[in-house]
Amino acid sequence: QGCPNQRLCAGGAAAATDPGEAAELRERLRAVKHTVLVLSGKGGVGKSTFSAILAHGLAADEAKQVALLDIDICGPSIPKMMGLEGEQVHQSGSGWSPVYVEENLGVMSVGFLLSSPDDAVIWRGPKKNGLIKQFLRDVDWGEIDYLIVDTPPGTSDEHLSIVQYLSAAHIDGAVIITTPQEVSLQDVRKEINFCHKVKLPVIGVVENMSGFICPKCKNESQIFPPTTGGAEKMCQNLNVSLLGKVPLDPQIGKSCDKGQSFLSEAPESPATLSYRNIIQRIQEYCDQHHFQEEKII
Amino acid sequence: LTEKSNLAGVRHILLVLSGKGGVGKSTISTELALSLRHSGKKVGILDVDLSGPSIPCMFRVQDNDVHQCDSGWVPVFVDQDKSISLMSIGFLLEKPDDAVVWRGPKKNALIKQFVADVAWGDLDFLIVDTPPGTSDEHISTVEALRPYKPLGAILVTTPQAVSVGDVRRELTFCKKTGLRVLGIVENMSGFVCPHCSECTNIFSKGGGEELAKHAGVPFLGCVPLDPQLSQSLEEGRDFIQEFPKSSAFPALTHIAQQILDGTSQRSS
Repeated sequence: QGCPNQRLCAGGAAAATDPGEAAELRERLRAVKHTVLVLSGKGGVGKSTFSAILAHGLAADEAKQVALLDIDICGPSIPKMMGLEGEQVHQSGSGWSPVYVEENLGVMSVGFLLSSPDDAVIWRGPKKNGLIKQFLRDVDWGEIDYLIVDTPPGTSDEHLSIVQYLSAAHIDGAVIITTPQEVSLQDVRKEINFCHKVKLPVIGVVENMSGFICPKCKNESQIFPPTTGGAEKMCQNLNVSLLGKVPLDPQIGKSCDKGQSFLSEAPESPATLSYRNIIQRIQEYCDQHHFQEEKII
Repeated sequence: LTEKSNLAGVRHILLVLSGKGGVGKSTISTELALSLRHSGKKVGILDVDLSGPSIPCMFRVQDNDVHQCDSGWVPVFVDQDKSISLMSIGFLLEKPDDAVVWRGPKKNALIKQFVADVAWGDLDFLIVDTPPGTSDEHISTVEALRPYKPLGAILVTTPQAVSVGDVRRELTFCKKTGLRVLGIVENMSGFVCPHCSECTNIFSKGGGEELAKHAGVPFLGCVPLDPQLSQSLEEGRDFIQEFPKSSAFPALTHIAQQILDGTSQRSS
Protein backbone atom coordinates (compact mmCIF):
# COMPACT_ATOMS: atom_id res chain seq x y z
CA GLN A 1 0.00 0.00 0.00
CA GLY A 2 2.79 2.35 0.91
CA CYS A 3 2.71 5.56 2.82
CA PRO A 4 -0.82 6.94 3.38
CA ASN A 5 0.48 10.40 2.41
CA GLN A 6 1.66 9.28 -0.99
CA ARG A 7 -1.14 10.96 -2.91
CA LEU A 8 -0.50 14.20 -1.05
CA CYS A 9 3.20 14.04 -1.74
CA ALA A 10 2.77 13.15 -5.40
CA GLY A 11 0.47 16.09 -5.87
CA GLY A 12 2.95 18.44 -4.24
CA ALA A 13 0.57 19.45 -1.48
CA ALA A 14 2.91 18.35 1.27
CA ALA A 15 5.52 20.80 0.12
CA ALA A 16 3.15 23.75 0.24
CA THR A 17 4.23 26.03 3.00
CA ASP A 18 1.77 26.58 5.81
CA PRO A 19 0.92 30.25 6.56
CA GLY A 20 3.22 30.33 9.60
CA GLU A 21 6.17 29.07 7.58
CA ALA A 22 5.38 31.41 4.71
CA ALA A 23 5.44 34.35 7.13
CA GLU A 24 8.77 33.16 8.55
CA LEU A 25 10.32 32.93 5.08
CA ARG A 26 8.91 36.30 4.08
CA GLU A 27 10.54 37.85 7.14
CA ARG A 28 13.90 36.24 6.45
CA LEU A 29 13.87 37.27 2.80
CA ARG A 30 12.56 40.77 3.44
CA ALA A 31 16.04 42.21 3.16
CA VAL A 32 16.70 40.65 -0.28
CA LYS A 33 16.30 43.23 -3.04
CA HIS A 34 16.64 41.04 -6.13
CA THR A 35 16.47 37.28 -6.67
CA VAL A 36 17.60 35.58 -9.85
CA LEU A 37 17.21 31.84 -10.47
CA VAL A 38 19.66 30.15 -12.83
CA LEU A 39 17.90 27.27 -14.55
CA SER A 40 18.18 24.83 -17.41
CA GLY A 41 16.27 21.74 -18.35
CA LYS A 42 19.59 20.26 -19.44
CA GLY A 43 22.53 19.18 -17.34
CA GLY A 44 26.09 20.27 -17.94
CA VAL A 45 25.34 23.43 -19.94
CA GLY A 46 27.03 25.76 -17.49
CA LYS A 47 24.48 26.81 -14.87
CA SER A 48 26.90 26.69 -11.95
CA THR A 49 29.66 28.19 -14.05
CA PHE A 50 27.35 31.04 -14.99
CA SER A 51 26.05 31.47 -11.43
CA ALA A 52 29.61 31.74 -10.11
CA ILE A 53 30.60 34.23 -12.82
CA LEU A 54 27.40 36.26 -12.30
CA ALA A 55 28.10 36.37 -8.56
CA HIS A 56 31.66 37.61 -9.11
CA GLY A 57 30.48 40.06 -11.74
CA LEU A 58 27.83 41.62 -9.50
CA ALA A 59 30.13 41.64 -6.46
CA ALA A 60 32.75 43.62 -8.38
CA ASP A 61 30.73 46.63 -7.23
CA GLU A 62 31.84 46.66 -3.59
CA ALA A 63 28.76 48.63 -2.63
CA LYS A 64 26.53 45.68 -3.55
CA GLN A 65 25.96 42.69 -1.26
CA VAL A 66 25.68 39.44 -3.22
CA ALA A 67 24.56 35.99 -2.07
CA LEU A 68 24.95 32.75 -4.01
CA LEU A 69 22.71 29.87 -2.94
CA ASP A 70 23.43 26.43 -4.42
CA ILE A 71 20.37 24.17 -4.22
CA ASP A 72 21.87 21.32 -6.23
CA ILE A 73 21.76 18.87 -3.36
CA CYS A 74 23.16 15.83 -5.19
CA GLY A 75 25.84 17.58 -7.23
CA PRO A 76 26.90 20.77 -5.41
CA SER A 77 29.52 22.37 -7.67
CA ILE A 78 29.53 25.89 -6.26
CA PRO A 79 31.98 25.42 -3.32
CA LYS A 80 34.71 24.19 -5.67
CA MET A 81 34.02 26.88 -8.27
CA MET A 82 34.23 29.62 -5.67
CA GLY A 83 37.44 28.27 -4.14
CA LEU A 84 35.65 27.31 -0.93
CA GLU A 85 36.12 23.54 -0.88
CA GLY A 86 36.55 22.20 2.60
CA GLU A 87 34.88 25.16 4.27
CA GLN A 88 32.29 24.45 6.93
CA VAL A 89 29.14 26.26 7.93
CA HIS A 90 29.07 27.97 11.32
CA GLN A 91 26.02 28.52 13.46
CA SER A 92 25.33 31.65 15.44
CA GLY A 93 22.41 33.03 17.39
CA SER A 94 20.96 34.49 14.23
CA GLY A 95 21.24 31.29 12.19
CA TRP A 96 23.70 29.67 9.79
CA SER A 97 26.47 31.90 8.50
CA PRO A 98 27.11 31.88 4.79
CA VAL A 99 30.69 31.26 3.75
CA TYR A 100 32.23 34.47 2.43
CA VAL A 101 34.44 34.62 -0.65
CA GLU A 102 34.70 38.39 -0.40
CA GLU A 103 33.23 40.71 2.19
CA ASN A 104 30.30 41.33 -0.08
CA LEU A 105 29.90 37.83 -1.56
CA GLY A 106 28.47 35.03 0.59
CA VAL A 107 27.79 31.45 -0.46
CA MET A 108 25.67 28.57 0.86
CA SER A 109 25.65 24.98 -0.43
CA VAL A 110 25.06 21.47 0.86
CA GLY A 111 28.70 20.96 -0.12
CA PHE A 112 29.69 22.80 3.07
CA LEU A 113 27.72 20.31 5.16
CA LEU A 114 29.53 17.23 3.81
CA SER A 115 32.65 16.05 5.58
CA SER A 116 34.31 14.28 2.64
CA PRO A 117 34.37 14.82 -1.15
CA ASP A 118 33.20 11.22 -1.50
CA ASP A 119 30.08 11.76 0.61
CA ALA A 120 27.00 11.18 -1.51
CA VAL A 121 23.68 12.79 -0.70
CA ILE A 122 21.31 9.97 -1.62
CA TRP A 123 18.02 11.60 -0.68
CA ARG A 124 14.54 11.40 -2.08
CA GLY A 125 12.55 14.53 -2.87
CA PRO A 126 10.96 15.41 0.49
CA LYS A 127 14.29 15.43 2.31
CA LYS A 128 15.83 17.64 -0.36
CA ASN A 129 12.90 20.05 -0.03
CA GLY A 130 13.45 20.21 3.72
CA LEU A 131 17.06 21.29 3.28
CA ILE A 132 16.16 23.90 0.69
CA LYS A 133 13.63 25.37 3.11
CA GLN A 134 16.31 25.46 5.80
CA PHE A 135 18.69 27.24 3.47
CA LEU A 136 16.12 29.97 3.01
CA ARG A 137 14.84 30.11 6.57
CA ASP A 138 17.92 29.50 8.70
CA VAL A 139 20.75 31.21 6.83
CA ASP A 140 21.55 34.66 8.14
CA TRP A 141 22.09 36.39 4.81
CA GLY A 142 21.65 39.89 6.15
CA GLU A 143 20.75 42.63 3.71
CA ILE A 144 21.33 41.51 0.14
CA ASP A 145 21.16 43.33 -3.16
CA TYR A 146 21.27 40.16 -5.26
CA LEU A 147 20.39 36.58 -4.32
CA ILE A 148 21.48 34.18 -7.06
CA VAL A 149 20.07 30.66 -6.83
CA ASP A 150 21.93 27.93 -8.71
CA THR A 151 19.73 24.91 -9.45
CA PRO A 152 20.23 21.31 -10.56
CA PRO A 153 19.08 20.28 -14.04
CA GLY A 154 15.49 19.23 -14.61
CA THR A 155 12.01 20.21 -13.50
CA SER A 156 11.44 18.42 -10.25
CA ASP A 157 11.30 18.72 -6.48
CA GLU A 158 14.05 21.31 -6.12
CA HIS A 159 12.54 23.58 -8.76
CA LEU A 160 8.98 23.34 -7.51
CA SER A 161 10.13 23.89 -3.96
CA ILE A 162 12.35 26.90 -4.58
CA VAL A 163 9.61 28.64 -6.55
CA GLN A 164 7.08 27.83 -3.85
CA TYR A 165 9.27 28.93 -0.93
CA LEU A 166 10.50 32.07 -2.67
CA SER A 167 6.95 33.10 -3.53
CA ALA A 168 6.90 34.29 0.07
CA ALA A 169 9.47 36.86 -1.05
CA HIS A 170 9.77 37.88 -4.66
CA ILE A 171 11.71 36.51 -7.63
CA ASP A 172 12.80 38.95 -10.34
CA GLY A 173 13.05 36.11 -12.79
CA ALA A 174 15.00 33.22 -14.23
CA VAL A 175 18.06 33.14 -16.44
CA ILE A 176 17.99 30.01 -18.55
CA ILE A 177 21.22 28.44 -19.76
CA THR A 178 21.53 26.26 -22.83
CA THR A 179 24.06 25.03 -25.35
CA PRO A 180 23.36 25.39 -29.10
CA GLN A 181 22.36 21.87 -30.06
CA GLU A 182 18.82 20.54 -30.29
CA VAL A 183 19.39 17.86 -27.65
CA SER A 184 19.82 20.73 -25.13
CA LEU A 185 17.17 23.00 -26.59
CA GLN A 186 14.49 20.34 -26.30
CA ASP A 187 15.06 20.18 -22.56
CA VAL A 188 15.28 23.96 -22.30
CA ARG A 189 11.93 24.45 -24.02
CA LYS A 190 10.44 22.28 -21.27
CA GLU A 191 12.12 24.49 -18.67
CA ILE A 192 10.68 27.63 -20.26
CA ASN A 193 7.26 25.98 -20.16
CA PHE A 194 7.84 25.17 -16.51
CA CYS A 195 8.54 28.86 -15.89
CA HIS A 196 5.31 29.85 -17.63
CA LYS A 197 3.39 27.22 -15.64
CA VAL A 198 4.61 28.52 -12.28
CA LYS A 199 4.43 32.17 -13.43
CA LEU A 200 8.16 32.73 -13.14
CA PRO A 201 9.30 35.57 -15.45
CA VAL A 202 12.09 34.62 -17.85
CA ILE A 203 14.77 37.31 -17.86
CA GLY A 204 16.35 35.62 -20.85
CA VAL A 205 18.42 32.77 -22.27
CA VAL A 206 22.21 32.41 -22.39
CA GLU A 207 23.69 30.23 -25.15
CA ASN A 208 26.83 28.75 -23.68
CA MET A 209 29.58 26.73 -25.45
CA SER A 210 28.68 28.67 -28.58
CA GLY A 211 31.50 27.79 -30.95
CA PHE A 212 35.20 27.23 -30.40
CA ILE A 213 38.04 29.19 -31.94
CA CYS A 214 41.19 27.13 -32.31
CA PRO A 215 44.01 28.98 -30.52
CA LYS A 216 46.45 27.91 -33.23
CA CYS A 217 44.72 28.45 -36.58
CA LYS A 218 41.87 30.68 -35.38
CA ASN A 219 39.28 28.70 -37.33
CA GLU A 220 35.93 28.23 -35.67
CA SER A 221 34.44 24.79 -34.98
CA GLN A 222 30.87 24.18 -33.92
CA ILE A 223 31.51 21.41 -31.44
CA PHE A 224 27.89 21.53 -30.31
CA PRO A 225 26.24 22.41 -33.60
CA PRO A 226 23.09 24.58 -33.68
CA THR A 227 21.34 22.18 -36.06
CA THR A 228 17.93 23.69 -35.38
CA GLY A 229 18.96 27.34 -35.23
CA GLY A 230 20.41 27.36 -31.73
CA ALA A 231 19.12 29.48 -28.88
CA GLU A 232 18.50 32.38 -31.23
CA LYS A 233 15.77 30.57 -33.16
CA MET A 234 14.28 29.06 -29.99
CA CYS A 235 14.09 32.50 -28.34
CA GLN A 236 12.37 33.93 -31.40
CA ASN A 237 9.85 31.09 -31.42
CA LEU A 238 9.13 31.31 -27.70
CA ASN A 239 9.27 35.09 -27.48
CA VAL A 240 11.97 35.28 -24.81
CA SER A 241 15.14 37.38 -24.84
CA LEU A 242 18.48 36.00 -25.91
CA LEU A 243 20.82 37.59 -23.37
CA GLY A 244 23.96 36.54 -25.21
CA LYS A 245 26.20 33.80 -26.59
CA VAL A 246 29.38 32.67 -24.86
CA PRO A 247 32.09 30.79 -26.78
CA LEU A 248 34.03 27.82 -25.41
CA ASP A 249 37.28 28.81 -23.72
CA PRO A 250 39.51 26.25 -21.97
CA GLN A 251 40.30 28.89 -19.36
CA ILE A 252 36.70 28.78 -18.10
CA GLY A 253 36.93 25.15 -16.98
CA LYS A 254 40.39 25.78 -15.54
CA SER A 255 39.19 28.75 -13.49
CA CYS A 256 36.23 26.76 -12.18
CA ASP A 257 38.46 23.86 -11.21
CA LYS A 258 40.85 26.21 -9.41
CA GLY A 259 38.03 28.11 -7.75
CA GLN A 260 39.05 31.42 -9.29
CA SER A 261 37.04 34.14 -10.95
CA PHE A 262 37.23 33.62 -14.73
CA LEU A 263 36.48 37.31 -15.32
CA SER A 264 39.63 38.23 -13.36
CA GLU A 265 41.79 35.41 -14.71
CA ALA A 266 41.03 36.04 -18.39
CA PRO A 267 39.89 39.64 -18.78
CA GLU A 268 40.72 39.69 -22.50
CA SER A 269 38.85 36.54 -23.45
CA PRO A 270 35.90 36.94 -25.88
CA ALA A 271 33.96 34.82 -23.38
CA THR A 272 34.61 37.44 -20.68
CA LEU A 273 33.25 40.15 -22.93
CA SER A 274 30.11 38.10 -23.55
CA TYR A 275 29.62 37.37 -19.88
CA ARG A 276 30.03 41.02 -18.94
CA ASN A 277 27.41 42.09 -21.47
CA ILE A 278 25.00 39.47 -20.21
CA ILE A 279 25.55 40.47 -16.57
CA GLN A 280 24.86 44.08 -17.47
CA ARG A 281 21.59 43.13 -19.15
CA ILE A 282 20.53 41.19 -16.06
CA GLN A 283 21.34 44.18 -13.85
CA GLU A 284 19.33 46.46 -16.11
CA TYR A 285 16.38 44.07 -16.00
CA CYS A 286 16.50 43.95 -12.18
CA ASP A 287 16.81 47.73 -11.90
CA GLN A 288 13.80 48.26 -14.17
CA HIS A 289 11.83 45.83 -12.08
CA HIS A 290 12.74 47.63 -8.89
CA PHE A 291 11.80 50.93 -10.45
CA GLN A 292 8.42 49.56 -11.52
CA GLU A 293 7.77 48.19 -8.05
CA GLU A 294 8.59 51.55 -6.52
CA LYS A 295 6.22 53.23 -8.93
CA ILE A 296 3.41 50.96 -7.79
CA ILE A 297 4.10 51.74 -4.16
CA LEU B 1 0.55 -19.13 -11.76
CA THR B 2 3.53 -16.83 -11.86
CA GLU B 3 3.76 -14.56 -14.87
CA LYS B 4 7.01 -14.67 -16.74
CA SER B 5 8.82 -11.44 -15.96
CA ASN B 6 9.33 -9.01 -18.81
CA LEU B 7 13.04 -9.03 -18.04
CA ALA B 8 13.37 -12.83 -18.15
CA GLY B 9 14.74 -12.73 -21.72
CA VAL B 10 17.32 -10.04 -20.99
CA ARG B 11 20.81 -11.49 -20.61
CA HIS B 12 22.71 -8.48 -19.26
CA ILE B 13 21.52 -5.25 -17.68
CA LEU B 14 23.87 -2.34 -17.35
CA LEU B 15 23.32 1.18 -16.06
CA VAL B 16 24.98 4.35 -17.35
CA LEU B 17 25.45 6.79 -14.49
CA SER B 18 27.17 10.02 -13.56
CA GLY B 19 26.83 12.35 -10.66
CA LYS B 20 27.20 15.17 -13.16
CA GLY B 21 24.83 16.41 -15.82
CA GLY B 22 25.75 16.91 -19.45
CA VAL B 23 28.81 14.66 -19.50
CA GLY B 24 27.45 12.33 -22.17
CA LYS B 25 25.49 9.57 -20.46
CA SER B 26 22.84 9.44 -23.18
CA THR B 27 25.51 9.79 -25.86
CA ILE B 28 27.52 6.88 -24.43
CA SER B 29 24.33 4.81 -23.98
CA THR B 30 23.39 5.43 -27.62
CA GLU B 31 26.85 4.74 -29.07
CA LEU B 32 27.29 1.67 -26.89
CA ALA B 33 23.97 0.31 -28.17
CA LEU B 34 24.99 1.00 -31.78
CA SER B 35 28.40 -0.63 -31.30
CA LEU B 36 26.92 -3.69 -29.65
CA ARG B 37 24.41 -3.96 -32.48
CA HIS B 38 27.28 -3.94 -34.94
CA SER B 39 28.72 -6.89 -33.06
CA GLY B 40 25.49 -8.72 -33.73
CA LYS B 41 23.80 -8.15 -30.40
CA LYS B 42 20.16 -7.29 -29.67
CA VAL B 43 20.02 -4.23 -27.44
CA GLY B 44 17.37 -2.30 -25.54
CA ILE B 45 17.71 1.15 -23.97
CA LEU B 46 15.56 2.13 -21.02
CA ASP B 47 15.66 5.90 -20.55
CA VAL B 48 14.72 6.77 -16.98
CA ASP B 49 15.48 10.48 -17.30
CA LEU B 50 11.95 11.76 -16.85
CA SER B 51 12.74 15.50 -16.92
CA GLY B 52 15.09 15.47 -19.88
CA PRO B 53 14.57 12.31 -22.00
CA SER B 54 17.20 12.51 -24.74
CA ILE B 55 17.22 8.96 -26.11
CA PRO B 56 14.29 9.07 -28.60
CA CYS B 57 15.79 12.03 -30.51
CA MET B 58 19.21 10.39 -30.66
CA PHE B 59 17.59 7.67 -32.77
CA ARG B 60 15.23 10.00 -34.59
CA VAL B 61 12.12 8.18 -33.34
CA GLN B 62 10.78 10.92 -31.09
CA ASP B 63 7.45 11.04 -32.90
CA ASN B 64 6.75 7.35 -32.37
CA ASP B 65 3.99 6.14 -30.08
CA VAL B 66 4.08 3.35 -27.57
CA HIS B 67 1.60 0.51 -27.99
CA GLN B 68 0.31 -2.00 -25.49
CA CYS B 69 0.35 -5.75 -25.75
CA ASP B 70 -0.72 -8.52 -23.35
CA SER B 71 2.49 -8.40 -21.36
CA GLY B 72 2.69 -4.61 -21.17
CA TRP B 73 4.21 -1.84 -23.27
CA VAL B 74 5.83 -2.61 -26.58
CA PRO B 75 9.19 -0.85 -26.82
CA VAL B 76 9.84 1.34 -29.85
CA PHE B 77 12.06 -0.27 -32.47
CA VAL B 78 14.63 1.96 -34.06
CA ASP B 79 14.30 0.32 -37.50
CA GLN B 80 12.97 -2.68 -39.45
CA ASP B 81 15.88 -4.72 -38.15
CA LYS B 82 14.41 -4.63 -34.64
CA SER B 83 17.87 -5.02 -33.19
CA ILE B 84 17.59 -1.88 -31.02
CA SER B 85 14.48 -1.11 -28.99
CA LEU B 86 13.79 1.86 -26.71
CA MET B 87 11.53 2.98 -23.90
CA SER B 88 11.39 6.56 -22.66
CA ILE B 89 8.92 9.02 -21.21
CA GLY B 90 9.66 10.97 -24.39
CA PHE B 91 7.27 8.64 -26.23
CA LEU B 92 4.48 9.21 -23.73
CA LEU B 93 4.36 13.00 -23.90
CA GLU B 94 1.58 14.55 -25.93
CA LYS B 95 3.67 17.57 -26.80
CA PRO B 96 7.48 17.36 -26.82
CA ASP B 97 7.82 20.73 -25.07
CA ASP B 98 5.60 19.64 -22.18
CA ALA B 99 7.55 19.83 -18.95
CA VAL B 100 7.24 16.77 -16.73
CA VAL B 101 7.06 18.55 -13.41
CA TRP B 102 6.72 15.65 -11.03
CA ARG B 103 7.90 15.20 -7.51
CA GLY B 104 9.70 12.07 -6.44
CA PRO B 105 6.81 9.70 -5.64
CA LYS B 106 5.21 10.07 -9.06
CA LYS B 107 8.57 9.59 -10.77
CA ASN B 108 9.18 6.46 -8.71
CA ALA B 109 5.86 4.98 -9.77
CA LEU B 110 6.64 5.40 -13.46
CA ILE B 111 10.13 3.99 -13.09
CA LYS B 112 8.72 0.87 -11.43
CA GLN B 113 6.39 0.50 -14.41
CA PHE B 114 9.21 1.03 -16.86
CA VAL B 115 11.23 -1.71 -15.23
CA ALA B 116 8.41 -4.23 -14.89
CA ASP B 117 5.96 -3.51 -17.70
CA VAL B 118 7.97 -3.17 -20.91
CA ALA B 119 7.79 -6.31 -23.06
CA TRP B 120 11.46 -6.36 -24.11
CA GLY B 121 11.46 -9.95 -25.33
CA ASP B 122 14.91 -11.47 -25.82
CA LEU B 123 17.79 -9.02 -25.49
CA ASP B 124 21.52 -9.51 -25.14
CA PHE B 125 21.87 -6.15 -23.37
CA LEU B 126 19.51 -3.72 -21.68
CA ILE B 127 21.21 -0.36 -21.18
CA VAL B 128 19.59 1.89 -18.58
CA ASP B 129 20.27 5.56 -19.23
CA THR B 130 19.83 7.73 -16.12
CA PRO B 131 19.53 11.44 -15.28
CA PRO B 132 22.33 13.12 -13.31
CA GLY B 133 22.38 12.87 -9.54
CA THR B 134 21.80 10.39 -6.75
CA SER B 135 18.12 10.79 -6.00
CA ASP B 136 14.67 9.34 -6.56
CA GLU B 137 15.24 7.99 -10.07
CA HIS B 138 18.50 6.30 -9.11
CA ILE B 139 17.28 4.82 -5.87
CA SER B 140 14.08 3.53 -7.48
CA THR B 141 15.82 2.16 -10.57
CA VAL B 142 18.43 0.25 -8.60
CA GLU B 143 15.80 -1.10 -6.20
CA ALA B 144 13.53 -2.22 -9.03
CA LEU B 145 16.39 -3.84 -10.96
CA ARG B 146 17.96 -5.59 -7.98
CA PRO B 147 16.06 -8.90 -8.38
CA TYR B 148 17.38 -9.12 -11.97
CA LYS B 149 21.02 -8.85 -10.91
CA PRO B 150 22.37 -6.09 -13.16
CA LEU B 151 25.86 -6.57 -14.58
CA GLY B 152 26.89 -3.21 -13.17
CA ALA B 153 27.32 0.44 -14.03
CA ILE B 154 29.41 2.50 -16.40
CA LEU B 155 30.21 5.90 -14.93
CA VAL B 156 30.71 8.81 -17.32
CA THR B 157 32.66 11.94 -16.48
CA THR B 158 34.33 14.80 -18.28
CA PRO B 159 37.97 15.43 -17.42
CA GLN B 160 37.68 18.50 -15.21
CA ALA B 161 37.67 18.49 -11.43
CA VAL B 162 34.16 19.89 -11.12
CA SER B 163 32.75 16.82 -12.91
CA VAL B 164 35.01 14.34 -11.21
CA GLY B 165 33.84 15.79 -7.89
CA ASP B 166 30.28 14.73 -8.62
CA VAL B 167 31.26 11.37 -10.04
CA ARG B 168 33.11 10.50 -6.83
CA ARG B 169 29.74 10.79 -5.10
CA GLU B 170 28.20 8.52 -7.69
CA LEU B 171 30.89 5.94 -6.91
CA THR B 172 29.78 6.14 -3.27
CA PHE B 173 26.19 5.61 -4.41
CA CYS B 174 27.26 2.46 -6.27
CA LYS B 175 29.13 1.18 -3.23
CA LYS B 176 26.19 1.85 -0.92
CA THR B 177 23.67 0.19 -3.23
CA GLY B 178 25.88 -2.78 -4.07
CA LEU B 179 26.12 -1.90 -7.76
CA ARG B 180 29.34 -3.13 -9.40
CA VAL B 181 31.28 -0.45 -11.29
CA LEU B 182 32.22 -1.81 -14.71
CA GLY B 183 34.40 1.19 -15.36
CA ILE B 184 34.77 4.92 -15.90
CA VAL B 185 34.63 6.73 -19.25
CA GLU B 186 36.35 10.10 -19.62
CA ASN B 187 34.23 11.88 -22.23
CA MET B 188 34.86 15.20 -24.04
CA SER B 189 38.54 14.47 -23.47
CA GLY B 190 40.37 16.82 -25.78
CA PHE B 191 39.43 18.40 -29.09
CA VAL B 192 41.44 17.99 -32.27
CA CYS B 193 40.90 20.95 -34.57
CA PRO B 194 39.70 19.58 -37.93
CA HIS B 195 41.50 22.43 -39.71
CA CYS B 196 44.98 22.23 -38.24
CA SER B 197 44.96 19.12 -36.02
CA GLU B 198 45.97 21.08 -32.92
CA CYS B 199 44.65 19.39 -29.80
CA THR B 200 43.06 21.64 -27.16
CA ASN B 201 41.95 20.27 -23.81
CA ILE B 202 38.82 22.40 -23.60
CA PHE B 203 37.53 20.64 -20.50
CA SER B 204 40.96 19.76 -19.15
CA LYS B 205 42.38 16.19 -19.33
CA GLY B 206 43.03 13.13 -17.23
CA GLY B 207 40.52 13.58 -14.40
CA GLY B 208 38.51 10.48 -15.30
CA GLU B 209 41.58 8.27 -15.59
CA GLU B 210 42.92 9.52 -12.26
CA LEU B 211 39.58 8.91 -10.60
CA ALA B 212 39.49 5.32 -11.88
CA LYS B 213 42.98 4.75 -10.49
CA HIS B 214 42.13 6.37 -7.16
CA ALA B 215 38.91 4.38 -6.82
CA GLY B 216 40.39 1.09 -8.02
CA VAL B 217 37.92 0.64 -10.87
CA PRO B 218 38.63 -0.12 -14.55
CA PHE B 219 39.25 2.82 -16.86
CA LEU B 220 37.34 2.27 -20.09
CA GLY B 221 39.00 5.05 -22.08
CA CYS B 222 39.00 8.68 -23.21
CA VAL B 223 36.46 9.81 -25.82
CA PRO B 224 37.45 13.05 -27.57
CA LEU B 225 35.07 15.89 -28.50
CA ASP B 226 33.96 15.15 -32.05
CA PRO B 227 31.67 17.55 -33.93
CA GLN B 228 30.68 14.68 -36.25
CA LEU B 229 29.47 12.74 -33.23
CA SER B 230 27.40 15.71 -32.00
CA GLN B 231 25.99 16.19 -35.49
CA SER B 232 25.18 12.46 -35.77
CA LEU B 233 23.27 12.52 -32.50
CA GLU B 234 21.36 15.62 -33.56
CA GLU B 235 20.27 13.87 -36.74
CA GLY B 236 19.58 10.47 -35.19
CA ARG B 237 22.19 8.77 -37.39
CA ASP B 238 24.21 5.62 -36.78
CA PHE B 239 27.62 7.16 -36.03
CA ILE B 240 29.29 3.77 -35.70
CA GLN B 241 28.12 2.71 -39.15
CA GLU B 242 28.62 6.03 -40.95
CA PHE B 243 31.73 7.60 -39.43
CA PRO B 244 34.32 4.89 -38.76
CA LYS B 245 37.15 7.35 -39.46
CA SER B 246 35.91 10.00 -37.09
CA SER B 247 37.96 10.83 -33.98
CA ALA B 248 35.54 9.40 -31.42
CA PHE B 249 35.04 6.07 -33.23
CA PRO B 250 38.03 4.10 -31.86
CA ALA B 251 37.30 5.01 -28.24
CA LEU B 252 33.59 4.26 -28.50
CA THR B 253 34.07 0.86 -30.11
CA HIS B 254 36.79 0.06 -27.57
CA ILE B 255 34.32 0.68 -24.74
CA ALA B 256 31.84 -1.73 -26.32
CA GLN B 257 34.55 -4.33 -26.82
CA GLN B 258 35.55 -4.17 -23.16
CA ILE B 259 31.92 -4.70 -22.15
CA LEU B 260 31.66 -7.68 -24.49
CA ASP B 261 34.94 -9.11 -23.24
CA GLY B 262 33.70 -8.68 -19.69
CA THR B 263 30.48 -10.60 -20.34
CA SER B 264 32.16 -13.44 -22.23
CA GLN B 265 34.67 -13.78 -19.38
CA ARG B 266 31.84 -14.01 -16.93
CA SER B 267 30.01 -16.69 -18.95
CA SER B 268 33.17 -18.84 -19.23
